[in-house]
Amino acid sequence: MKFFGKLLLIILAFIILWTSPSYCKEPYKIGAIFSVTGAASFLGEPEKNTVLMLVEQINKAGGINGHPLEVIIEDSKSDETQAVLAAKKLIEKDKVLAIIGPSTTGESMAVIPITTSAQTPLISVAAGASITQPVKERYWVFKTAQYDTSAVEAIYTYMKKTGIKKVGIITITTSFGDAGRKALLELAPKFGISVVADERYGPKDTDMTTQLVKIKSAGAQAVINWSVGPGQVIVTKNWHALKMGIPLFQSHGWGSKKNIELAGKAAEGVIAPLGRLVIWDKLPDKHPQKALLKKYVTDYEARYKSEPGTFGGHAYDALMIVVDALKNAGPDKKKIRDYIENKIKNWPGTGGIFNMSPNDHCGLDMTAFEMVIVKNGDWEILK
Amino acid sequence: MSLLLQFLFSGLTTGSVYALVGIGFNIVYNSTSILNLAQGEFVVIGGLMMWFFLEGMNLPFATSVALTLTVAATVALLMERLTIKPLLKKGDLLLMIMVTIAVSILIRGLLMFKFGKDPYTYPPFTEGEPLVIYGAVITQQTLWVIGITALSIVILYLFFNKTMLGRAMKACSLDIKAARLMGINVSNMVMLSFIISGLIGAIGGIAITPISLMEYDKGAMLSVKGFCAAIMGGLGRGRGAVVGGFTLGILESFTAGYIHSGFKDAVALLIMLFILFFRPAGIFGKTETLRLRKF
Repeated sequence: MKFFGKLLLIILAFIILWTSPSYCKEPYKIGAIFSVTGAASFLGEPEKNTVLMLVEQINKAGGINGHPLEVIIEDSKSDETQAVLAAKKLIEKDKVLAIIGPSTTGESMAVIPITTSAQTPLISVAAGASITQPVKERYWVFKTAQYDTSAVEAIYTYMKKTGIKKVGIITITTSFGDAGRKALLELAPKFGISVVADERYGPKDTDMTTQLVKIKSAGAQAVINWSVGPGQVIVTKNWHALKMGIPLFQSHGWGSKKNIELAGKAAEGVIAPLGRLVIWDKLPDKHPQKALLKKYVTDYEARYKSEPGTFGGHAYDALMIVVDALKNAGPDKKKIRDYIENKIKNWPGTGGIFNMSPNDHCGLDMTAFEMVIVKNGDWEILK
Repeated sequence: MSLLLQFLFSGLTTGSVYALVGIGFNIVYNSTSILNLAQGEFVVIGGLMMWFFLEGMNLPFATSVALTLTVAATVALLMERLTIKPLLKKGDLLLMIMVTIAVSILIRGLLMFKFGKDPYTYPPFTEGEPLVIYGAVITQQTLWVIGITALSIVILYLFFNKTMLGRAMKACSLDIKAARLMGINVSNMVMLSFIISGLIGAIGGIAITPISLMEYDKGAMLSVKGFCAAIMGGLGRGRGAVVGGFTLGILESFTAGYIHSGFKDAVALLIMLFILFFRPAGIFGKTETLRLRKF
């Protein structure tokens, strides 16, 4: 009986080895660098979670052409030096086919020289325009986060349509606010809009009434706030309390239900350009992004009990673009790069519909955003 | 006119929290000659614990306030007994100040562990439309904040001047040795000073959170600003911190309003440097006491 038991076990083991596809072919290795801990952990955390979830789903469904997918995730600790070390390790030791990440613009810029000289495709999940421009020097670099300028264009286009010509801007003194402020000031003349007040506040400030009153007295027809974190809620509350009588626009950083919860009644009427990830349930059924957004958001929420947010979505797009390239072009760095540049066309992702080209390694423009207003404590798409 | 008033209201709101933190600095400084750099953390404890009891556990308002204050007092008590008391005998002031920094980092870490990095808020104490005074808008919660600050100041004044316990604490601040000779239990007074300063911070946190939101790492900035308020008014002078706090808040608001919001912190601190240049002991401080100061 003992002997039979052993035999049965051996046979069973063979059957498992035989039928499981993951033992048939060599795995495809991809690297990922995210700020899982440190100052930018609010980016890295959902990005890491997203990748872990997707890899599991892909391997469960049989991998890529029978090859299992292996993603080696490195924590950059929100630090440029650590990101560079991680990139070197992934390229030299793990011999990865492509790298996704890093999470922030600063880390991405630090990593670019290394991945470029190693001729490894890098798909950053940060937003800075300098990551993919000038495109000639960024032969091996792509990114999946929308440009800040696209969000500004979406706001200004809407303003032009509704006849707003004079705006007051209020921005936070962080790199996010600096980039937004620069884009707001530079793009305004193109849309025939004049910025009549340019106000700022610190990330830990408790009251922005003074700045808003100045904007109002400068004759602005609308306020644009550019920040992430508690600042955008405080501005909303102050705007509501002052009864300013002019609309408040927020950046694409506004897209979390938590902001509506925190601001309460004050959030009513706030307008912002948002990616479709946060408003997927408001999209018409035939919209090409709807199905994939629904699956991603519900899967993520079921597994992690929190919203993935736009940042998790950037990691989703980066990984799936690489997976698509691996599937169709095979495990070759140059072929992967060429595929991403030339074949990612009308490709629906979470951030928008990507159209990569030799002149644009981001592939998203202002159509990635919908103008959304807060109504009865929920989002509503503006026509 | 309405602009000026609006800037003034905005300054008073931020200034009242600076003042409360500044008072906390002074109370501890008077009894121990050390600076408790974890002072700002108690404001955060106040705001976040209040949210936890009020929204998280759905307790009534008064119960939540009582529980929040109990938590803040307990944290202050533990802090004093576990970190300050063992070091007080050695008398190394610099070491004790470093320990308060360590405690502030510890509290921040624990709060992040419990509450995460998101900001929290709860509804204002009274619902209702903001008041309009000469064209300037002031929310009801702002009135609460200013009112509670004023009330705290009055109660503290009465406590330190009219009660036996308060006078005993004051005696410690004037001369520890003499106080001990008079039969005052100095160690208990030090503990009490930490508890009172912790409570004042928590009260500020409870009042300001509906306006400014609260997240785990707001304490460091509040410590710095409260410290500036205390220094500006004259370290150790009760009313000094009040005047210092409101002056700092109003300076910030006026700079943002009349010069530019980008220079807000810089100009306010520059003016503070000027005040200290001409009056090194602060607005209310005496130069003689400055010479006697161990710090």
